[in-house]
Amino acid sequence: MNLPPRASEAERSRASTGERVAASGVSPLATSEPMELDPRSFRHLADMQVNVELDTGDMILNLGPQHPATHGTLRIVVRLDGERVISADPIIGYMHRGYEKLTEFRTYPQITTLINRIDWLSSFANEVPFIAAAERLMGIEAPPRALYIRTILTELSRIATFLLFLGEMGLQVGALTPAFYGFRDREHILNLIEAATGGRFHPNFNRIGGLKDDLPWGWVNDTRTAMKTAFDACDTFEDLVAGNEIFEARTRSIGIIPAELGAAYGVSGSNLRASGVDWDLRRDGKPYLAYPEVDFRVWTHPDGDSFARYWVRLQETREAARIVLQLLDQLPSGPIMTKVPLIIKVPQGEIWVETENPLGQMGYYVVSKGATGPFRVKIRSASFSNVSILPWLLRGVYVPDVITILGSLYFILGDIDR
Amino acid sequence: MTSGLLAIQVGWGTTLAIKTIVILMLVPAGALILGYTFLLKVMSHMQSRLGPMDPGGFHGWFQLIGDGIKFIQKEDITPDQADRWVFAFAPAVVVISTFLTFLVIPAGPDIIVKDLNVGVFYALAVSSLSVIGVLMAGWASANKFSLLGALRAAAQLIAYELPLLLAVVGVVIQAGTMSLQGIVLAQSTQSIFGWNGIGFPFILTQFVGFGLFLVASQAELTQTPFDMPVAESELVAGYMVEYTGFRFLFFFIGEFGTAFAFAAISATLFLGGWALPASWGISVGVMRFLGPLVLFGKIMLVAFLMFWVRFTYPRLREDQLQAIAWKFLIPIGLANILLTGIFKVAF
Amino acid sequence: MSELKDTEAEPADPHALDEPHARLLARLGAELGDAVLEQEPCFGIPVVRIRRDSWRRAAEVAKVTLDCDFLSFISAIDWQPAPKEGDEDSSDTSSPVQPQDVTYGVAGSDGRFQVFAHVQSTFRNWGLTLKVDVDEHAMLAESWVPVYPGADWHERECWEMFGISFDEHPALRHLYLPSQFEGHPLRKDYVLLSRVVKPWPGLVDVEAMPDEPAADEPAADDAEGAGESDDSGGDPE
Repeated sequence: MNLPPRASEAERSRASTGERVAASGVSPLATSEPMELDPRSFRHLADMQVNVELDTGDMILNLGPQHPATHGTLRIVVRLDGERVISADPIIGYMHRGYEKLTEFRTYPQITTLINRIDWLSSFANEVPFIAAAERLMGIEAPPRALYIRTILTELSRIATFLLFLGEMGLQVGALTPAFYGFRDREHILNLIEAATGGRFHPNFNRIGGLKDDLPWGWVNDTRTAMKTAFDACDTFEDLVAGNEIFEARTRSIGIIPAELGAAYGVSGSNLRASGVDWDLRRDGKPYLAYPEVDFRVWTHPDGDSFARYWVRLQETREAARIVLQLLDQLPSGPIMTKVPLIIKVPQGEIWVETENPLGQMGYYVVSKGATGPFRVKIRSASFSNVSILPWLLRGVYVPDVITILGSLYFILGDIDR
Repeated sequence: MTSGLLAIQVGWGTTLAIKTIVILMLVPAGALILGYTFLLKVMSHMQSRLGPMDPGGFHGWFQLIGDGIKFIQKEDITPDQADRWVFAFAPAVVVISTFLTFLVIPAGPDIIVKDLNVGVFYALAVSSLSVIGVLMAGWASANKFSLLGALRAAAQLIAYELPLLLAVVGVVIQAGTMSLQGIVLAQSTQSIFGWNGIGFPFILTQFVGFGLFLVASQAELTQTPFDMPVAESELVAGYMVEYTGFRFLFFFIGEFGTAFAFAAISATLFLGGWALPASWGISVGVMRFLGPLVLFGKIMLVAFLMFWVRFTYPRLREDQLQAIAWKFLIPIGLANILLTGIFKVAF
Repeated sequence: MSELKDTEAEPADPHALDEPHARLLARLGAELGDAVLEQEPCFGIPVVRIRRDSWRRAAEVAKVTLDCDFLSFISAIDWQPAPKEGDEDSSDTSSPVQPQDVTYGVAGSDGRFQVFAHVQSTFRNWGLTLKVDVDEHAMLAESWVPVYPGADWHERECWEMFGISFDEHPALRHLYLPSQFEGHPLRKDYVLLSRVVKPWPGLVDVEAMPDEPAADEPAADDAEGAGESDDSGGDPE
């Protein structure tokens, strides 16, 4: 069986200047031909999808919003010629909750509860940049023990969400079994998070100035055991999924994101690192949490296809487990909360804080006017930019590849829609 | 006409009726057993979970029967735009082709509905009738996802008929007959270089054919890794998506019944079918009871392989699937026939 | 949020730019000259306010000359203070009380609306926040799409939430909200809908297919019939 060839250097560099988009300044969508059908002749929308003649015209297919492959309520309107996609238009907003407006009416501790729910699979990591922003505006610093525990919990949520990804990427491609293994192995991590914070999914454990509580007795040893399970799980996935020839045939050379174009679109995190860009905010950005204290390696892959994204996340899961083990060894003792006033008023100012979340770069631009709540919070979520590249990425691929690409970009709807 | 066991004279019509009723009960029952054992329990354990445990008490054995009852009492919804009669008849076509396949599968020395002397040819021919049913279902559903699934299925099922056939030709050359009963007896009575301790199951020389047959039947059943037509994470049941209740149950029975049939055919062609080696000297009367059980055991073995692959591998994309059939499997099948012919003449 | 080693307490200026960022700011100033209206460091990242007609040129300079290849986000801000929430319920302390006087943020502002963006470099470890004023009555800004293709969705969001149009943007249409939504939610004079009961159109809420024209004209949102979709659903208005 011939595996499809990987994109040659020439192809990739040609595509990477984004010529077709940047030079003309016109989005690919605007150049597609108008539909020949008159929409007024149908009673309701479902008719329009059904009565399309299939002789020569293109077929318009709505993937979603209810669809098992799109991780939630994402709708992609693809125009097909047989099985090939001519154009794709993602329509988002089915889960828009108006977070940026809501933050203008909430105090800082209340906002912490809200933003937990942006990326709900690694929810601890969402709070970290916002808490950091508030703390820096106030000029306070959380004590070292709190910082270490925050880092450990962030890395645990990274492992949890990546284990799920490793499993369900197999599911998107058709293998039924890895998804269950992903869920099973994730349970160990979720149990740890629950033991420490009381909540599996929405811990709401951060406070401005530190953490709510200290760790329970025996947690450190349980975590060490769970990290061993995480390593075993990664090995299983490497054999079962990444080593499977059919998986490779389905993912190699599919959905190649050229590095420069990806950066221009704002694609971040593992997606960009899988295109060869060696950039990780834990190492390269402003130092935050306890990352300066640990040694870790940033994994990149030169190919930029779906397989590369899978592989990079697999390696990053292992790396996260190694980080956790290092942090557990170095965990300092001490208080977990600095002295903060009862009613938190953040002084006037603006700040931009960004972190390396599991999905990519997440950041908060907090504008404060000295009240108990912020004046404006701009939430920069990773999946929003990751998904914005879809109209460019999905041209000319087959329908099954659409699903593969969606799975490999790994977005969470709450992250896109906020 | 005499049935050998009990010397009762029954007419031709009654015999036919009895055989028909038995087949009509056998297929759903076989589908049920296959479905329960493999789909629910073996798959569950492979996926590190238990599967349904409550219905019926012992490991949830009642689950599938309960599912069947549930399906029967569901509302029958036909989409507004669907082509009414084609939509209604499509599942029937699929199930009919399944039932027809069972007419030639032998389960014992004379437990066979009709021992056609072109048995293999007939079995493969009628099993490919289901393509028509799939196409009817996909088109009549008035749903783009169904249509995509049906078109993929048509291309795939037709493409994989050829490796299926080529795999079988090797066996036919070795056995010298197309009749399934004859093939079983050939495996049971022939000997390997003079030693007839285990008869001569054709898998020993036709291992390439066995592999080919398994792969091709995996594709014929639209099971992973060839389940593009029913790609669950894309097309959400593909051509079956608009079917509810009893009609869906028909598709389900058709799918598992055909799996049962293909497993039975491959057990018959390659593993020796209902027969134990003749050198073991078991009388025909005993084989009348033992034969179905032996065949059942071999079916379970083959079905285990098929379902194991189903739960492990991801699915191939349509063009990769076609490439495998045309560029890989068919040349291997042809080479297999060539070699078999040479060896048959030489030895 | 960093130093965990004990240092002698020397209150360092939290806003001070480190050497790479200072260089970045200097080069930007050199390239743009007087298109830079104001600049100020903000917690280690330079914030620069650009003249209105040089917005796109600033993006080009950032991307090409300053190696800022990564577009983080483009968004907008409405500096007008939120109206006090009704004087009846003064005992309602559910929302934080914002000051009622108009103050502008880092690098100042010319008026009520500003578009701000953050760009970074993936290999030089520096970043830059750019701001531009938007005239309240014209509500127009230059689009960054020819420079950073990813600006497409960010600018659509700005239009949808604030009403700011971008020239040369291929298709300013709704991103999050239904295509018949009226108003621009993130403006300060737009009420928080959960505090006010807004009657839902009450009819079948059918979303038009994206290729259909007319339902989404920018700046034509208040005039369109308030979500009056009659039974022929996906009709463009």
